[in-house]
Amino acid sequence: MSKLLEVNNLSTSFFTKFGEVKAVNNISFDLEPGQVLAIVGESGSGKSVTSMSVMRLVAKGGKIVNGSIMFDGKDLAKLSEKEMSKIRGKEISMIFQDPMTCLNPVFTIGNQMEESLKLHFKGMTASERHTKMLDMMEKVGLSNPEERLKQYPHELSGGMRQRIMIAMSLLCGPKLLIADEPTTALDVTIQAQIMDLMRDLSEELNTAIILITHDLGVVASIADRVNVMYCGEIVESAPVKDLYYKPLHPYTWGLLKALPRLDMKENELQPIPGSTPDLLLEQKGCPFFDRCDHAMECCRDGKPPIYEVEKGHFAKCWRYHPEFKEEQ
Amino acid sequence: MFKYILKRLAMGVVVVFVIATITFWLSRALPGGPFDRDKPLNPIIIENLNKKYNLDRPVAEQYIDYMVDVAQFDFGPSYFYENETVNDYIDRCFPVSLVLGIGAMIVAILLGIPAGVISALKQNGWQDNIIKILTTVLVSLPNFVIASALMYFIGYKLRLLPVALWGTPQQAIMPTLALAAYPLSYITKMMKSSMLEVMNSDYIRTAKAKGASNFLIVYKHALKNAVLPVITVVGPMFAGIITGSLVVEKLFAIPGLGEQFTKSIFNRDYPMIMGLTIFYSILLIAATLIVDVVYALVDPRIKLGKESKE
Repeated sequence: MSKLLEVNNLSTSFFTKFGEVKAVNNISFDLEPGQVLAIVGESGSGKSVTSMSVMRLVAKGGKIVNGSIMFDGKDLAKLSEKEMSKIRGKEISMIFQDPMTCLNPVFTIGNQMEESLKLHFKGMTASERHTKMLDMMEKVGLSNPEERLKQYPHELSGGMRQRIMIAMSLLCGPKLLIADEPTTALDVTIQAQIMDLMRDLSEELNTAIILITHDLGVVASIADRVNVMYCGEIVESAPVKDLYYKPLHPYTWGLLKALPRLDMKENELQPIPGSTPDLLLEQKGCPFFDRCDHAMECCRDGKPPIYEVEKGHFAKCWRYHPEFKEEQ
Repeated sequence: MFKYILKRLAMGVVVVFVIATITFWLSRALPGGPFDRDKPLNPIIIENLNKKYNLDRPVAEQYIDYMVDVAQFDFGPSYFYENETVNDYIDRCFPVSLVLGIGAMIVAILLGIPAGVISALKQNGWQDNIIKILTTVLVSLPNFVIASALMYFIGYKLRLLPVALWGTPQQAIMPTLALAAYPLSYITKMMKSSMLEVMNSDYIRTAKAKGASNFLIVYKHALKNAVLPVITVVGPMFAGIITGSLVVEKLFAIPGLGEQFTKSIFNRDYPMIMGLTIFYSILLIAATLIVDVVYALVDPRIKLGKESKE
């Protein structure tokens, strides 16, 4: 099957006065048209930097230092800024975490939505744009779209604004939608609605989604595949069912164990002890070594390669070395 | 909106009343009388003068008379200049100060906003460094130093512009620049920090993700948001320029209101002191009201006079 997106050996670093921070360290993954890929990991694991690298919108001081991002036959890492701006918003669009601050407060919803169409479909007439906007707003389940267009962001609720953001991002028919924690700032009932909406629209419009989140519950409901990131590396990559039923990497075990459950008593949350290592320091061994209950001698001294343990299920851990045997 | 403006105007009247009362009693509390001179006048002359200006009557009565006059925008006669009222002075001098002030404000805004934007976009670049140095110098130098420097170099050495006086457009250039220096630096610095903040905001990231060009991002998405805090300072700043232009007016021998204000204090010209104080407070109140209205027009989140829904 042809791939929509192929990221190969991507490394993105931030150059600070203290040294180079490898926020994304040599990761590879791919995505088929219409597929939903979740990237999970705790704060600072490089999820957002990965997505910003694909958009080529890495913040000041950050740079893609290595690797290629093949999208539709073009290497996004090598495109000029001008060529890239034709892809942003049209081929790949993005929605963000906090819908309260992601819309410009001083322009109407209509003005902001119309802008995408004006930017990417130069020949479109005003009435065509209008019909298209109303159509899309209906698709994302907004009532009174005509009226909404004239409103300002502060007049809408968080859920409505996120729907507007989704409508805006899908307006130009992108092949890929990057959703960076789209539901984190919303309350739980709205979260479910937004996730359902994204799933439905992805199927209807055949849009692939990269969903960035630290919420494993959200992942289960929508994703086809999951990449687990830790310290800028993908430590496990699996189809969503395999990840829940047969997690391989000790970090994934920790993440799943940390999920609160309904039958749990209060104060029973099980966090992963310790915190992520300082990315300024060169990692000799496995970055999870310090926090891993199953760490071995070799974990300290050498970085594990990525093993395909089962078909389509990868893990970056010495435990899957052919010569490894469980000691107990 | 209309109701809100009416309400604000009513509040303004109360503020003016309070200010008028305070200045009246304060000026009466000053030691010495309006007709004290280095060489004392004949007591009979003073008595006659007091009689002429009703100063022989009880202070409470004077106060009531004065407030009634002020309510009709009549600030009374000057004690120092014969045959001229305070109103005559304001009519004659205020337009000069107003033109000077508006000129300085236009220069400050037209240069300050773009300078701030450039400074923010090229943060730590050479453009930013030059602007930083210039604004720091301009903000630290008192305007009489700037005025003197301009007069010396441009007026006297290079003979490009007339050194002083008022009347021709050429004569207005140097005092306008001298007055604009401080607000210009202030607006530049403010615009810079506001622009930096806005450029890091989430909605700018959204605009980038939409594929908007840098030009569109700066001029559409960022500028309107970044200019909001600047609007708030422009009103009081404008009133401050008009009232604070006395040193520059004095240096360039410009017959403006600022110069008159200081003179009136030395002359114990009570009606002039009070009249000008009240006039200035009206200016300040009007300026803040205008700013609030403009702010509401630019920022849709602000609805004047309505309780916020959230």
